[in-house]
Amino acid sequence: MPNALYIALIPLLPLAAFIILGLFGRKYINQSAGIISTILLAASTALAFYAAYEYFFQYGKVDGVYQKAVAFKYTWLRFSEGFSIDIGAIMDPITAMMLVVVTFISLMVHIYSLSYLKGEKRFATYYAFLGLFTFSMLGLVLSSNIFQIYIFWELVGVSSFLLIGFYYDKPSAAAACKKAFIVTRFADLGFLIGILVLSSYAESFDFITIIKKLATPGSAEAHAAVTASFLGLSALSWGVALVFIGAAGKSAMFPLHIWLPDAMEGPTPVSALIHAATMVVAGVFLIARLYHVFSMSQPILHMIGYVGAFSALFAAIIACTQTDIKRVLAYSTMSQIGFMMLALAVSGPQENRNELGFTAGMFHLFTHAMFKALLFLGAGSVIHYIHSNEIKDMGGLRKYMPITHITFLIACLAIAGIPPFAGFFSKEEILLAAYEKNSIIFYMALITSGLTAFYMFRLYFNIFWNKEAHLHEEHHGEGGFAMMLPLIVLAAAACTTGFIPFGNFVTSDGTQLSTELHLTFSIAPVVLALTGIFIAMSFYKTQNNKAEKLAASLNGFYKAAYHKFYIDEIYLFVTNKVLFGVIGKTAAWFDKNIVDGLVNKTGNGTAALSEKIKTFQSGKVQQYAIYFLVGVIGLAVLFMYVWK
Amino acid sequence: MITPGLYHLLFISTALFFIGVFGFLTRKNLITMLMSIELILNSVNLNFIAFNKYVWPNRLDGVFFSIFIIAIAAAEAAVAIAIIINLYRSHQSIDVDQTEEMKY
Repeated sequence: MPNALYIALIPLLPLAAFIILGLFGRKYINQSAGIISTILLAASTALAFYAAYEYFFQYGKVDGVYQKAVAFKYTWLRFSEGFSIDIGAIMDPITAMMLVVVTFISLMVHIYSLSYLKGEKRFATYYAFLGLFTFSMLGLVLSSNIFQIYIFWELVGVSSFLLIGFYYDKPSAAAACKKAFIVTRFADLGFLIGILVLSSYAESFDFITIIKKLATPGSAEAHAAVTASFLGLSALSWGVALVFIGAAGKSAMFPLHIWLPDAMEGPTPVSALIHAATMVVAGVFLIARLYHVFSMSQPILHMIGYVGAFSALFAAIIACTQTDIKRVLAYSTMSQIGFMMLALAVSGPQENRNELGFTAGMFHLFTHAMFKALLFLGAGSVIHYIHSNEIKDMGGLRKYMPITHITFLIACLAIAGIPPFAGFFSKEEILLAAYEKNSIIFYMALITSGLTAFYMFRLYFNIFWNKEAHLHEEHHGEGGFAMMLPLIVLAAAACTTGFIPFGNFVTSDGTQLSTELHLTFSIAPVVLALTGIFIAMSFYKTQNNKAEKLAASLNGFYKAAYHKFYIDEIYLFVTNKVLFGVIGKTAAWFDKNIVDGLVNKTGNGTAALSEKIKTFQSGKVQQYAIYFLVGVIGLAVLFMYVWK
Repeated sequence: MITPGLYHLLFISTALFFIGVFGFLTRKNLITMLMSIELILNSVNLNFIAFNKYVWPNRLDGVFFSIFIIAIAAAEAAVAIAIIINLYRSHQSIDVDQTEEMKY
C-alpha cells in the first residue's frame, strides 16, 4: 500500500490526547479536556475510515484476494539474523474492520461522556484514560507481531483497570478493578507461554511468518510442531490452547468470566466502550488473527466451540435473573462473545462454505459492537435519569425518555435477532455455520438466542413499561444533545449494518464468500426469539406476579442462577480455603520451621562450637609456643617418615 | 687427648637446644625467656659451624650463616628488651603470666 504511514497516526492521536491531558489536564484544561480529546479522536476516526476505505476498495485486493499488507515495520529488538521483535502495522480485512469499530465506538463514547460526566472532578483524567485505552486497542488490532500484540494486550488490561477503578474511593470499584486485572493477568500467563511455544516452533514472532510456517500442512515447522507431543497433545495444540486461555481471560469466557460483571463498577460509557464493544472482543480478534494456526488443531477448536457455546448459554441463564441493569448487559455481552467464539470454532475445514463461521463471527463482532454500545449508552441515560442501577427502581420511563426508549428498543430487537435489525443477520449466519458443523453446539446456541430475546425484553419492559417509577423532584430531562447524538447514530448503525455484505470483505482467506439468507432456516430462531419477547411481555409489561410464580416453581435453579451459579463463591473458596488455608499455611509452616530452622541451627551450632574451643586462645605466650613446637614436630615427623 | 668429632658437637648443640626450649616454656620471667631464646639460637649456630667444619671443610656457607644469625639475634634482643621495658612500665612486672590480656 502506498503512503501507508498515516496509519500510524490512527493510534498515535489518542496517545497524544492521553499525554496532553495526562500532563496538563487537571491543572489547566480540566473542562475543555473532553473537547480536545474528542477532536483528536474524531481525526483518528476519519483516518481509520479512510484507511479502511482505501484497503477495501483501492489497494487491499490483489487478484481478487484481500492480502495481508504490512503498512510499516520497524525492527525494535533484534536477536539474530531473521529473528527480531518488530513494531509495525498490518492491514488485513479484520484489522480494517476493527479499526472502524474501535474508533467509531470510541468516538461515540467520547461524545457521550461530554455530557454524562459533566462536572466530574477528574474529568480530564477520565479522558486521558479513554485516550490511553483507545491507543492501546488500536495498537492491538494493528499489531503485525505476536509480541507487539502482547504488549498492547497488557496496555489494554492496564487502561481497563484504571477505568474500572475510576471511582476508586468506592470500595466495590476498587475491588472490581483489582479482580479484573488479576483474573486477566492470570489468563495472560497462558497467553505468554503460548506465544513462546508458537514462536519457537515458527522461529519468528511475525504474524505473517507464523501463519505461513505453521498453517501450511507439510512445511517442516508445521510438521515439527504437530509431531512433537506433550501429555497426549501436540505442541501446536498446546500453543494454541494456551493462547486461547489468554483470549478467554480477556473475552470473559467461562470459567474466567468472573471479572466482567464486576467491571460494571466503572462509569457506564466505559462499560460501553471497553466491556461491551472493544476490549472484550480482543480475544475473539486474537483467535481470528491466528485462525489458520488454530484450525490446524481440531481438538482445540472443538474445545473452543464448546467453551463458547457453554459460556453463551450459561451467561444467558444468569442474565435472566439479575436485577442490576448493567449486570444483565454484562452477562449478555459474555453470552454474545460466546457466540463469536463458537462461530470461529465451527468454521473448520470442510468441503465448501468452510469459512462461513469465520465471517459470521467477525460479522457478529461488528454488529454486536454497535448494538451493545447502544444498549450500554441507553442504560447510561436511564441510570443518569434515575440515579440507580436496580430495575426495581425503574419503570414507565417511555414517557419521560422518548429517544432513549426508541433507541433502546431498536438495540433490544437487534440483539434478539429480529429482522431486519443488525443482530439478525449475523446471528443467523452463526447459527447456520453451527448447524452445518455440530448439532450440539447448534442447539445450545439456538436456546441461547431464545433466552437472549427473553432477558433483553425483560429489561426493556421493566425499564420503560411496568409500574411508574418514583422519580426525584427535579427533572433534568433526558440528557444533553451530546448524550442523544451517539444514541441516534448508533441506533442507525444497529438498523443498517446488517445489510453490509460482509462476506465480500471479511473472510478467512481473503476471497469472497457469498452469504445468502436462508429464509426457511431463519424461521426457528426468529420464532423462538418472538416467543421469548412475548413471554417477557406477558411477565413484565404490566405489574403481575407471573414472573415470581415461575421463579418460585424453579426454586433451586432460580436461586443458583441468581447467585451466578456460585462461581464467585467457588473462586473464593479455592483462594481463601485451599490456596491460603491449606497450601499457604503449609508453605508458611515449612518456611518457619524448616528453612528458618535450618538457618538458626547452623548459627547456634557454630556459636556453641566456638564457645567450646575459645579457651584455645588463652593469651599465654608459652602455651602458644607449645602449640608451635608441637606443630613443628608434627611437620618434621610428617616430612621424615610419611612423605619421604 | 680425644679430638671432638661431629657427633660430640651435635650432642652439645641438641642439648643446648632443648635446654633453651625447656627454659622458654617453663620460666616465667621474660628476661630468662629471652636468654632461653639466645640459647636456642646459639645451638643452631653451633650446628652450622660443626657441619661446615666436618662435612664441607672447603666451604664457608655455614660460617656466613652463623654470622648472619648472630646479627639477627642482636637485633632481636634489642627489640625484645624494648618490649620488655614497655611491658614493665605498663604492668610493673615482667612476669609472663601477668600478660594475658590478648585472649578471647
